[in-house]
Amino acid sequence: MRNVLTIFRRELAAYFATPLAYVFIVIFLVMAGILTFFVGNFFERGQADLQPFFTFHPWLYIVLIPALAMRLWAEERRSGTIELFLTLPIRMTEAVAGKFLAAWCFAGIALILTFPFWLTVNFLGHPDNGVILASYIASWLMAGAFLAVGACVSAVTKNQVIAFVVTAALVFVFTVAGSPIVLGVFQGWAPEWLLHGVAQASFLVLFSAIPRGVIDLRDVVYFLSIIVAFLAANAILIDLEKAE
Amino acid sequence: MLEIRHLVKSFGPLIAVDDVSFTVPQGEVLGFLGPNGAGKSTTMKMITGFLAPTAGTAIICGYDIATQPIPAKRHIGYLPEGAPAYPDMTPDNFLGFIAHIRGFSGEEARRRISRVVEMIRIAEVMHQPIETLSKGYKRRVGVAQALLHDPDVLILDEPTDGLDPNQKYEMRSVIAAMRPNKAIIISTHLLEEVEAVCSRAIIIAHGRILADGTPAELAQRSRHHNAVRLAIVGGADANVRAELAALPGVAGVDTAGNGLIVFSRGGDPVVGAIADLARERGWTVSGLQVERGRLDDVFREITTPHPIAAAA
Ligand SMILES: Nc1ncnc2c1ncn2[C@@H]1O[C@H](COP(=O)(O)OP(=O)(O)O)[C@@H](O)[C@H]1O
Ligand SMILES: [Mg+2]
Repeated sequence: MRNVLTIFRRELAAYFATPLAYVFIVIFLVMAGILTFFVGNFFERGQADLQPFFTFHPWLYIVLIPALAMRLWAEERRSGTIELFLTLPIRMTEAVAGKFLAAWCFAGIALILTFPFWLTVNFLGHPDNGVILASYIASWLMAGAFLAVGACVSAVTKNQVIAFVVTAALVFVFTVAGSPIVLGVFQGWAPEWLLHGVAQASFLVLFSAIPRGVIDLRDVVYFLSIIVAFLAANAILIDLEKAE
Repeated sequence: MLEIRHLVKSFGPLIAVDDVSFTVPQGEVLGFLGPNGAGKSTTMKMITGFLAPTAGTAIICGYDIATQPIPAKRHIGYLPEGAPAYPDMTPDNFLGFIAHIRGFSGEEARRRISRVVEMIRIAEVMHQPIETLSKGYKRRVGVAQALLHDPDVLILDEPTDGLDPNQKYEMRSVIAAMRPNKAIIISTHLLEEVEAVCSRAIIIAHGRILADGTPAELAQRSRHHNAVRLAIVGGADANVRAELAALPGVAGVDTAGNGLIVFSRGGDPVVGAIADLARERGWTVSGLQVERGRLDDVFREITTPHPIAAAA
């Protein structure tokens, strides 16, 4: 646990040691603003809620989260520090968890910095702040799932661009799994349970269900399972690389 | 303290390390010598647990790196090849991170950091990002990191690479000072380094151990061992050379500088016979010197596919 915390602190500081952290936060806030106010018709809707704001999160995350995840392992490989890191007396689970939690915490910081949107709706009307909180938590969980996928991809390459592109493609597929286009591919030949499973696995379907009410425990479990599964794969891939 | 048992590593068809075994007791500085691509770094990566061996294992202070990696790693200080360190961090932050991972905090961490900082002389760069440091300082930060927990086993992959002659001298002094209570392996391709700090040398090429002994023992295998440098006033004509070459025990005669070098056959002393001959013939000898042997000779002979013939 102590090691997880030590690694977490180093990784989080690493984000802020380069312009990446600031560029990420600024772009995240600006994009969120543009999508919410111009594309999402925030004002024209005449409703005091953050629905237009949260609707665009999955799409923002597809582009931005891979940028946070890509450096986690690829950077260590490129600079050779992975040899130093993995010969320290730490467990693989501690290494994987420390890195992931730092990235997830950073995503949380970026989310918290969107509080002016929340202030705006509260200034303009009387939104249901319970729904807003639930949506924030759901958004953060989804960011975590995206990050876990990205960490896993980053573990197998030293090229950050490749890590970015592959992660973006993977999380895109996860996101749109429930859309008519993807389901159309399965329709007709796939058994009903598979069709249902694919639709249920869609981040978009899960995520868009949340802002309407409270968080469904099953959705939380689903996102957490995705995180655990990809982090386990991350650890296994790093271990396999050792044996080569 | 360190026991290497039949280590093998293959990368696809390439066998990078081929059945390497040796032990390093406390108090020994083992020089790991070999041309580029010999398998030195790969062996060190397996000892430190970064690479899993294809076969064999390493035992560090009683802990098997394969089955008890955490306690084994606690006893190792490791400088990987190229001294990698997080480029955005300052040495101060970097050593702080290593100290925490090594289980030290607060006052204890600070005390240990200042000890290595003083020992390795990096105080003046402590607050500068590592990516802006010179190659020499970067290497020293890597060594400082390896020494922080005062490990029993120290594994340094090319610790003096990129250092200037003064820094090399300092680094060797640091290694020599730590020798009594540690088992140390350093890899190098500098033979003078082996003679300066190592109590034992292993020569490796194509993944195999080709020679193992003290630097003096290895030097004895050199054709220069017990060779005699001879300078005669007025120069040496063909006649002199022929007479020297005809002496029993002489393998050959060669020009060296403005004198001659007389090689011994099988490394047996020939200086007595040469001195007698010179007296007999009335040559005025202005210089006579017996050579101990040269490590670079041995190294070349052992590691090149076509050994240089013993006779000149
Ligand atoms: N990850 C790897 N994949 C494939 N071949 C490798 C790998 N690492 C090292 N090698 C090869 O193994 C051999 C030994 O390399 P190395 O141990 O680095 O040699 P040295 O440190 O003695 O110069 C070289 O031929 C090298 O190309
Ligand atoms: Mg090497």
